[in-house]
Order: sequence, then C-alpha cells, then structure tokens
Amino acid sequence: MTLERFLIIGAILFSIGLYGALTKKHAISVLMCLELMFNGVNLSAVAISRYTIPYSMIADPNHAAISMLTGHVFTVFIITVAAAEVALGLAIVIAIYRSRDSILVTDATEMKK
Amino acid sequence: MTLGEGIEAAPITEITFWILSFSTVISAIAVVQLRDLFRSALFLIVTFIGVAGLFILLRAEFLAAVQVLIYVGAISVLIIFAILMTKDLEEGSAFHTMRVPLAIISIIFMGLAIYSISSTNWNTLTAGNIQPSMNNLFANTVPSLAKLLLRDFVLAFEAVSVLLLAVVIGALALVRER
Repeated sequence: MTLERFLIIGAILFSIGLYGALTKKHAISVLMCLELMFNGVNLSAVAISRYTIPYSMIADPNHAAISMLTGHVFTVFIITVAAAEVALGLAIVIAIYRSRDSILVTDATEMKK
Repeated sequence: MTLGEGIEAAPITEITFWILSFSTVISAIAVVQLRDLFRSALFLIVTFIGVAGLFILLRAEFLAAVQVLIYVGAISVLIIFAILMTKDLEEGSAFHTMRVPLAIISIIFMGLAIYSISSTNWNTLTAGNIQPSMNNLFANTVPSLAKLLLRDFVLAFEAVSVLLLAVVIGALALVRER
C-alpha cells in the first residue's frame, strides 16, 4: 500500500498538469503545468526506487544493491532537463512577446498559414 | 531502518504523508484553476515544497535538497520574472474553448493510471526478502548516487553538461536585442 499511494499522488499531479498544459492559453501557464507533470514523474521514479527490487537482484542476490538507486539518478537528470527546458521556453516566450505583443499560445498561428 | 518498522510505521509519518499530499494536490489544482497568474506561480512553489517533503519521506534527502534549490530557488524565480516582464496580468490565464473535453480526457487518463497502479503486482521490499546492503543503502544515499552518476551513467552526465551549455547559449541568442 505504501508504494501505491505515492504512485497515485504522482499520477494525480501528472493528470492535473496534463489538463492545464492542454487547456491553458497563456504560454507561461503552459510551462508551469509542464513543471507539475515533471514533478509527478519524479515522485513516481523515487517511490519505485525506494520500494521495489530490480529483477537482476532477485536472480542474483549478490548483485550490487546500488542499482536500486537508478530512480534517483533518473530524477537528477529529469530535474536538470526541466531546468534547461524552462530557461529556453521562457526565452522563446519573451522573444515571441517582444515581436508580436501577445503571449497567448492561440495567437502564434503562423505555421497554419 | 527496515521497512514497516521503526519510524516509517509511526503515526507521525502517516500524518505527515497525508498533510504533504493534500497540500501538494490542492495547490496543484490551484495552479491550474486560479485566473491570477502571479498567485498560481506562488501555488506552484507550494507544490514544489510539498514534493520535496514527499522525497524526504521516501528517504531521498539529497533529492529533496536539489528540489528545493533548483525548483523553489531557481525555476520559480525565473517564472515569476517572466510573468512580471510580460504585462498580460490583467487578462489572466484563460482557458480555451476545448476545456471540457480535455478535462474529461485528463480524468480518464488519471482513472486508467490509478487502476493500473493498484492492479499491478508490485515486487516490493518486505521483511522477508530485504538484504542488509539495501538497509545500508538508504541510510546514506549520496555516496552511492555519486558512484552511479559518475561510473554507470557517466555518458548521460556528460551529455547533460553539453545540453546545459547549449541551453545557455541558445537562451542568450534568443533574448538578445538586435
């Protein structure tokens, strides 16, 4: 039960972020909801790495216990990539805002024409 | 510390878990639902702190510190700066016309995810199959994390450093005045 409730919190965070990222008009809101989705995924990765055993360790009990921390390493990489993504995303948002004086994602429609 | 014994089964841990998860989920809903963009950015910070607390409950203290430093310290400040630089505050963060069907899709996704989580037979640690090395591993995760990061995942580590360099150059090139 202890693993499942952390995973359920992660799934709820991911779904709230998904709903916001799909429905918001404001570009910065979309980026904020993407951060919510990243946090849900991070929570699930850390919870799985805390509570489950890798199959390689069941087959060979002497296999290094250090491989249980793979979820932590994934979380470190996800946090790094999220920081890079939000820095570049906000730079793009500000460049768009400068060139057309609007920040709504529904106004940036040149690709359709 | 064995699972299900000691501090992890104490009532205070249960209470902490429920407080943290409720505040995390409610402030996540506030991030999506509030019209005032600045307030929803502040609720985003509450969500980040709640997730950091859940990391501590999962014995990932290093990741909780990284979460507070990077998300609460850097990313939220960057988002608030961007909100203040683009003065669209009076319009707020509106939804577009596809709101209701997308809400239904998100709720269906959440239901499917929760169903598959609860119906999976997770191969969890119990008192029977736990090894002493696993107990020692979560007592202090930082040395093992450093070994994994710089030995097994060293290629990804280097790739991430190149990515960060590219992002810094790209962000500077994008916002430069011409």
